[in-house]
Amino acid sequence: MHEWALAEAVISTALKTAEKERLKEITKIKIKMGELQQIDIEIFEFALKEISQPQRPIVRNANIELETERAILKCRVCGQEWPFDDAMKGLSEEQSESIHFVPEIAHVYIRCPECESPDFEVMKGRGVWIESIEGE
Amino acid sequence: MDPRLDIIDKRLKNVNRLVAISGGKGGTGKSLIASTLALTLSELGYKAGLLDLDFCGPSTHIILGIRGIYPKEEKGIIPPEIYGIKFLSIIYYAGDNPSPLRGIDISNATIELLAITQWGSLDFLIIDMPPGIGDATLDTIRLIKRAGFLIIATQSKVVVETVKKVLTILKELKVPIIGVAENMKTTRSPLVKEQIKTFNVPFLGEIDFDKHLEDSIGDASKLLKTNFAQDVKKIVLATPEFKLKKR
Repeated sequence: MHEWALAEAVISTALKTAEKERLKEITKIKIKMGELQQIDIEIFEFALKEISQPQRPIVRNANIELETERAILKCRVCGQEWPFDDAMKGLSEEQSESIHFVPEIAHVYIRCPECESPDFEVMKGRGVWIESIEGE
Repeated sequence: MDPRLDIIDKRLKNVNRLVAISGGKGGTGKSLIASTLALTLSELGYKAGLLDLDFCGPSTHIILGIRGIYPKEEKGIIPPEIYGIKFLSIIYYAGDNPSPLRGIDISNATIELLAITQWGSLDFLIIDMPPGIGDATLDTIRLIKRAGFLIIATQSKVVVETVKKVLTILKELKVPIIGVAENMKTTRSPLVKEQIKTFNVPFLGEIDFDKHLEDSIGDASKLLKTNFAQDVKKIVLATPEFKLKKR
């Protein structure tokens, strides 16, 4: 249920934005979910709906668009790029869960497939990110 | 937009006082003081938490002999309680493996942990900081605005010079400074007291070098009985920032 904490953060940002922009109702929230964080979409969506119910400005009717972004890693030493789903195959369930909680833990368990360095960059697909918030 | 940044204040809302244990150099006893401080506050009847933000060299779990515990998941993560302290460290996820993290990764991991951790009600949250004024310190200043800094110095000239840099930047950024404590005191050298005078920050006290301290590493109850812990307790009892109405 770590997804709940992230959903709460999303709604909190949406409400802050609505207040700042003087919106009465939030109509759309576009969220990107980085593959590295391995969010359980069902739980995340459920949490977003539950948390948004009682809020003011109104957010409960918002169209929430969720998009999973593929995670791409790039080695800072040799320049090799590779997708997280390749790296994930070599991880134990425990290691994968640790990355789910704190995506930076990827540097503990994943190595560049070319030169075996832990010094890589997560080019995209790290975690939860709000692309846009719309309202009226 | 990074949604995690908007939830951190809420996560720390019921923590009455946040204390960052910081200093310019490694090896000055920050982690030992942070761990002992959390234990002491708990022993005094306060609800205390300990957050180890030294991701590249976490050591509070070694000092306290913490193994085999893990946070509970409930609308985020709930730090497990041990020796009366709510304890959170990157070791829950990294285990005994090295965490080779660059600055941007340290920032992201700090934000993530602060955004998902449900501390609940605490009197004090003690934060063990890595040495220096790099990412973890700047993020603590940016994200945990209520944190007061307790700076650890020793009588070494090398340490004092870096402590002065830390004090300078904290003053410039108008960050609350609880004071400076002098650790590993072996002589009557007035260096630390004299050198911090110009900063107009409280000198909290001295902690004598305790040659038996190493024997208590990994044993929290033994640690509390050391001369070192007695000196830490004297500082706690004499410092107004450590006096609170108990919950």
